[in-house]
Amino acid sequence: MAIEPRGRVQIDPNECKGCGLCIDACPPRCLVFEAELSPYGVHPARYVGSGCTGCGICFYVCPEPGAITVYRVSPPPKVISATEAGRAATL
Amino acid sequence: MAEYEVVHSKSPVFYPVYERKADLQHQTHYCPGCGHGVVHKLIAETIADLDLQDRTIFVSPVGCSVFAYYYFDVGNVQAAHGRASAVATALKRACPESIVIAYQGDGDLAAIGTAEIVHAANRGEPITVFFINNAIYGMTGGQMAPTTLVGQTTTTTPWGRRPENEGFPLRVCELLATLEAPVYIERVALSDNKNIMKARKAIRKALELQRDGAGFSLVEILSPCPTIWKMTPTEARDWVAEHMIRNFPLGVFRDRKVKMPESSRPPRRTVAEVLGLADAPAEAETPATRSADAREWKIKIAGFGGQGVLLLGQILAEMGMREGKEVSWLPSYGPEMRSGSAHCHVCLSSKRIGSPLIEHPNVLVAMNEISLRKFAPSVVPGGMILYNRRTVPADVEIPNVRVFAIPASELADQLGAAKVGNIVMLGALLELTGALSSATAETVLQGTVKNSDLLALDLQALHAGRDYVRQLPLEAR
Repeated sequence: MAIEPRGRVQIDPNECKGCGLCIDACPPRCLVFEAELSPYGVHPARYVGSGCTGCGICFYVCPEPGAITVYRVSPPPKVISATEAGRAATL
Repeated sequence: MAEYEVVHSKSPVFYPVYERKADLQHQTHYCPGCGHGVVHKLIAETIADLDLQDRTIFVSPVGCSVFAYYYFDVGNVQAAHGRASAVATALKRACPESIVIAYQGDGDLAAIGTAEIVHAANRGEPITVFFINNAIYGMTGGQMAPTTLVGQTTTTTPWGRRPENEGFPLRVCELLATLEAPVYIERVALSDNKNIMKARKAIRKALELQRDGAGFSLVEILSPCPTIWKMTPTEARDWVAEHMIRNFPLGVFRDRKVKMPESSRPPRRTVAEVLGLADAPAEAETPATRSADAREWKIKIAGFGGQGVLLLGQILAEMGMREGKEVSWLPSYGPEMRSGSAHCHVCLSSKRIGSPLIEHPNVLVAMNEISLRKFAPSVVPGGMILYNRRTVPADVEIPNVRVFAIPASELADQLGAAKVGNIVMLGALLELTGALSSATAETVLQGTVKNSDLLALDLQALHAGRDYVRQLPLEAR
């Protein structure tokens, strides 16, 4: 089984203007230009799906306020509340 | 399956949807790779982290970032070109609890706004200025800016900037760091990840200092402009590193506590106290002279400079003040002191006055024919015109407006000085409108005119105007 990446990045293809700064800045080089043009006529950035460390550099070099959202693996919760425990049990 | 949590996402300090062109409300108007967006994000993040959103006022400039108010969900003011730090000064002084940010580009701050930024910094205004330097005029299409590098080609320096003709790039941080008052000045750059994080730290520090009431802070951010520089976004970012930083060295130019020296403060006194009216018996405040007139007067007084047009307006305004009215006086005059045209607007009201500007007066005092012809059509129906001649030109006819020919200058001349024609007009105006009492006029004249001979003449003129109206046939009034 593959190791779960530490992070995950989500790029909104409608907000991305395809400047490529995030692709150039990404340390693990896990962002690429989308082959297809977006409705706005640019090749938006796309996460290849693995390798993200959740470092957030792509977020800070990106000029668009909401184009990039970065996720990171949550640290294991120390105390689980009753509702969360209940929800986890049903999943 | 691992659980993920959001660590970086759109700041709540940005509006969820931008109120701009219909199809583009989800993205900014900035070009791909523009530095503005990055700085916007850093500022927004800091505002959110420091919990300042509810009390931040963002002053946007003229330039590409003119539309910053589309994006920041804070208080917004858009200033005239170069004046952001002056506007920020006013906002901070009026609302000292607010966090006031002036956001300016190099064309705005370092060219047309040089005076404003130097003086705001020199006064130590406790505002924060974010100065975006991309070495060019971006919005207008790439003309040379004061910060353009030597040899850099622009549309106005097609063979490169030559210092012998255009001077050297202006280093704003270094310049301002020679002043006493600023507490924090730093230059950062958007050249790479590391420097962007330094910029983030500097922006945070500047806003923390303002939050703590420290004083004037400025962060200069060297920023790429790929479109105008005709580069790809990554090339532009590298150009910042290779060329801009070499000419504009990064670093902290000022970081110190500034203690303003103790100086004697002017006493806090009311206007009445300063004018010496507080000790005098409050005759103007007695019910006898308090105006019972509830009408709203919008009076426009127009004539040549030197006819006492502005003074007449001031006297009316002061009379209104003494009778407990809300008043405003707004002068307007050409560059000539004499024989140019001058006019002023006076509002007298029992309610608060929204605007001192009068487009449609209900009283027009026209001291010459030009003014009569120019402003008569703007008088509201039911209003009146006082014209400084024995007869009104036959072709001037304003329906539903009463026109009175009051030969004020002529009457004043008969008294010995044509210059008191404005006071003759005052006497006539008071008699015709009943807006204010002539006793108040005498009180104001006694306070204004120090020369006793001239005062006597003014009082004669006041009565002459009143008497002229009284002798008019009743049906003409």
